[in-house]
Amino acid sequence: MVNSVIHTKNLTRKFGDFVAVDAITFDVKPGEIFGFLGANGAGKTTAMKILCGLLSPTSGKATVAGFDVYKQNEEIKKHIGYMSQKFSLYEDLTVRENIRFFGGIYGIPRKELKGKIDALINRLGLNDEADKLVGSLPLGWKQKIAFSVAILHEPKIVFLDEPTGGVDPITRRQFWDMIFEAASRGITIFVTTHYMDEAEYCGRVSIMVDGAIAALDTPDALKKQFGVENMDGVFLQLARGAKRSE
Amino acid sequence: MKIFFAFVRKEFWHVIRDKRSLIILIGLPIVMMLLFGFALTSEVKNSNVAILDFAKDEATQKLITRIDESEYFTVKKTLSSENEIKGEFQKGEVRLVIIFPPNFQNDLRHENKSQMRLVADASDPNTANITINYASAIIRDFQSDLSNNKKLPYTIDLETRMLYNPQLKSSFNFVPGVMTLIMMLLGAMMTSVSIVKEKEMGTMEILLVSPMKPIMVLISKAVPYMVLCFIDIILILLMAVYILDMPIQGSIVLLLAESLLFIITTLSLGLLISVNVDSQQVAMFISLVGLLMPALIFSGFMFPIENMPLPLQVMSNIVPTKWYYNIVKIVMVKGLGFSYIIKQTLILLGMTVFFLTIALKKFKIKLE
Repeated sequence: MVNSVIHTKNLTRKFGDFVAVDAITFDVKPGEIFGFLGANGAGKTTAMKILCGLLSPTSGKATVAGFDVYKQNEEIKKHIGYMSQKFSLYEDLTVRENIRFFGGIYGIPRKELKGKIDALINRLGLNDEADKLVGSLPLGWKQKIAFSVAILHEPKIVFLDEPTGGVDPITRRQFWDMIFEAASRGITIFVTTHYMDEAEYCGRVSIMVDGAIAALDTPDALKKQFGVENMDGVFLQLARGAKRSE
Repeated sequence: MKIFFAFVRKEFWHVIRDKRSLIILIGLPIVMMLLFGFALTSEVKNSNVAILDFAKDEATQKLITRIDESEYFTVKKTLSSENEIKGEFQKGEVRLVIIFPPNFQNDLRHENKSQMRLVADASDPNTANITINYASAIIRDFQSDLSNNKKLPYTIDLETRMLYNPQLKSSFNFVPGVMTLIMMLLGAMMTSVSIVKEKEMGTMEILLVSPMKPIMVLISKAVPYMVLCFIDIILILLMAVYILDMPIQGSIVLLLAESLLFIITTLSLGLLISVNVDSQQVAMFISLVGLLMPALIFSGFMFPIENMPLPLQVMSNIVPTKWYYNIVKIVMVKGLGFSYIIKQTLILLGMTVFFLTIALKKFKIKLE
């Protein structure tokens, strides 16, 4: 598919005899919010590492932002953003310094960066906190800053690895507003989560079981297919059949 | 290159923000130099001396004045008979008694030869040894001054001779020692801890997903510590020269170049630790027990390697600090040139390449 931002075909990764990712095939369209679900140990992290250019697949095909995961992982890294559940910012650096550093390592030119930092701090309403150490800020704010930093260099895709872990429901909802806003600007969102209410926010959802994709569709279609009220039901039905656990 | 500078700047922020590491970086070398220089000194200064002078002539007067003027001795008492010696030692007021025979000056003038006796309180054998050596050095000095304008040299029978360090100055020993220890501590421990910290905080993940090459991440982490270690070396050398009066006999450029090599050795050890370990505590523990302890024991700085059992002597060869310590002593204390330290330099270089290769290989495997 020409139009896909992420395209995989029979993507497989083995560790010795263990098949962590088993021939997964899917496409993600530009500007889509794609939910990537699965129980712990289902192979989500491995698949995500391959797509981020950190790990080579054993077999199968995959392109991210039009670049091949086998040969062009340096190019891939330039066109993606990444945020993990740890909201990895440097706690002993101020908000401004964190943004400047991450902007710097993505090669954003200095002049452009300065304007971006000011605009971002304004948008987040952090004018009073810009020169405070990140370590002193509440978790919800760190999360917002981490997300903003991840999309600072205007990537085509941003990978969010359980971005809302340990955050209260109201903050989570606010965070999703940021995600919707980014998606409306055309940034593709690739998100893993354990919260099924969040799965409902996604355009399409894939559920991995034992390294393979067991289901992939819109949340509504999935609920209909499994004859259940909510995504929790869908997930439980699929995960119950899993042989692997942590 | 821009990316690299962004990274280095961030690394300096870390160091400056972290008061503890700042204290270690700047304070530790200063404290160690001052401690070893003034507090933990093995030099014995201002020992009290008693004089038993049976000659009471011009030569003995001159020699006594010279002893009294030296920073190591203070003439406390003048005795009149040998019976008093024991009593003085029992009171513990003097460490050394210097006895001149009758006709000291006459013997020197007519026979060109005279004798003296030094009696030390050997209940503390180390101190006794040291004071005897100091006194002998002063007497030899005196003797050669006297002989200068004479055809036949005078001799006062005294035997010990200390090459390079006539006053047994302890700074000749500990300055190279402090340099090796500080480099080991800062180079290896701080680098490994700072890399492992990124792993713990999850920021390493972000760095690896960024367009920065993984190798560049490691290099950018190591370079700031290289600069800081180099500053510390200069700090230590300045203190050695201006506070402890220890001159640098050999070439400064050579000394700094060899120091830079050793810094890279310690940094590569730090990298090696950090790719194998996932928590800051473990990194610190390994650096202290696995690197600092052997550095302390096997550099020859605290315990002479020659006195160790053979297996330990053999083991000392694989400790990089031993070679650097050797180099510093040869260049700084003995003032010899590069041709005398080629072997040590090559060994250090080989070790560095070895550690770096393993560290980078491991790092690549981890990424897979």
